Amino acid sequence: MNFTRRETLAISGAAAAATLLPYNLMASTPDLIAGITGGAEASGEGISLTAPEIAENGNTVPISVDAPGAVAITVLAAGNPTPGVAKFNFGPGSGSQNATTRIRLAGTQDVIAVAEMADGSFASAHQTVKVTIGGCGG
Amino acid sequence: MAKGVKPRVKVPKTAAAGDTITIKTLISHKMETGRRKDGDGNVIPRSIINRFTCAFNGNSVVDVNMEPAISVNPYFQFEATVPEAGEFTFTWYDDDGSVYETKKSIKMA
Amino acid sequence: MKITSLLPLAFSLAAVAGVVTAGEDSTLTIEGEVFVTKTAAPAHLENVDEIFSGWTFRTDETQALQMDDFDNPSFVFVDQALDQFETVEGSAGKACSSCHESAEVFSGLRASMPRVNSDGELETIPELINGCRTERMGAEKWKWSSGQMSAMLGLIGLQSRGMAVDVKIDGSAAPFWEKGKEIYYQRVGQLDMSCSNCHEDNYGNMIRADHLSQGQINGFPTYRLKNAKLNTIHGRFKGCMKNIRATPFKEGSEEFKALELYVASRANGLSVETPSVRN
Repeated sequence: MNFTRRETLAISGAAAAATLLPYNLMASTPDLIAGITGGAEASGEGISLTAPEIAENGNTVPISVDAPGAVAITVLAAGNPTPGVAKFNFGPGSGSQNATTRIRLAGTQDVIAVAEMADGSFASAHQTVKVTIGGCGG
Repeated sequence: MAKGVKPRVKVPKTAAAGDTITIKTLISHKMETGRRKDGDGNVIPRSIINRFTCAFNGNSVVDVNMEPAISVNPYFQFEATVPEAGEFTFTWYDDDGSVYETKKSIKMA
Repeated sequence: MKITSLLPLAFSLAAVAGVVTAGEDSTLTIEGEVFVTKTAAPAHLENVDEIFSGWTFRTDETQALQMDDFDNPSFVFVDQALDQFETVEGSAGKACSSCHESAEVFSGLRASMPRVNSDGELETIPELINGCRTERMGAEKWKWSSGQMSAMLGLIGLQSRGMAVDVKIDGSAAPFWEKGKEIYYQRVGQLDMSCSNCHEDNYGNMIRADHLSQGQINGFPTYRLKNAKLNTIHGRFKGCMKNIRATPFKEGSEEFKALELYVASRANGLSVETPSVRN
């Protein structure tokens, strides 16, 4: 009996659902975005956030952000004890406005990226990352 | 100076004028979040790298403000333009006041 | 129904029996070198046809971490070992490099360990290291799974990376191998389980949120995301036994050494991946 990786993950998602940490009392994603933009609208275009759907371990979650033309990108984790993760400020020497790093997530939550563009406008993207816990691997 | 803190960077040795290159950086650092408790129940104080900068021939490439949510042994990958031969300077700032720096030269291809 | 073990309940959640691998489509390459992560099982394995490296059971993101030596978090520790290699320690005033020109002289060693020496004893790399330290350097021995030991094992293991695991199981090794095999299939602990219950009967299945591997050790010491450091073979054996609520054998014991020989032989044919990245 052979399962494709997709099916394995679907099954594992179901099993993992039994052991997911609950959505923490987290600040709401729109509120956190507004906190960065000062209440201004953030477009959904012009920024991409790459993060795993299921993080194999919450202490090292690889993420990437990309917002061509951005002056800065702020990354937030809505369900962490404090939401701030990092702020990338791009200088004249940057070859592009993208960055990759590894972050800590305390549980399943939204990871949010807010880009501030050169003209003062904002763009944002967010994605739910599932953080599983509990398995015989200890 | 925190113990055992060592930077590593990956920069191509050469590039053509105007090229965009990928840079990877890492620094070994515990990134103590300030949320852990020791055996006696006392909070272990926060002690992290709170800022990372990269500059080329004095021009800022990237300047990162970092929070405890950055993983242990902070890792960054980003891109820089190389208008001419020169030197990259990488700097990490520790909560305890230490500053770690490493430089890498790049030649024209 | 008397529940003698919680594990069948966990397995039934997954409701899958059989062979599943996460990354069966993926190929492990590092700097262009292709690694054997799945191959025909060695002849001595009766219940398994194909063997898979632990790499194939991990998510795409975890697999990617191992495919670049800069991205691989193990190398922070390998770097520490490189420094340690040159550091003078002990009453004889020597460093490893005083006798061994560089770590490269150990090319091929890890691929064939553990092995039986000329005195008829089963020896492992930590024992070789501590033998040098105590007898030739006049230095203190390192604990089996200490940071220094695991970093040095990572450096030495790296010199065999890409080579096929090839441990001898016949001749003088046979009695140790048979003992290791017996331990592998012996149920122990409060949960009354053997290594084979998970790693032979249920690899590919989920046990709660964990994707079970075949329990191969071709990548050890391995950097685990779980504790952000290198983990040794005996350290993992001990952890596994604690997970099933058994009293673990001691690291460096004859039991764990025999088990290490047997488990290593289950990977004969896979590439050494040390230092690998796992969950």
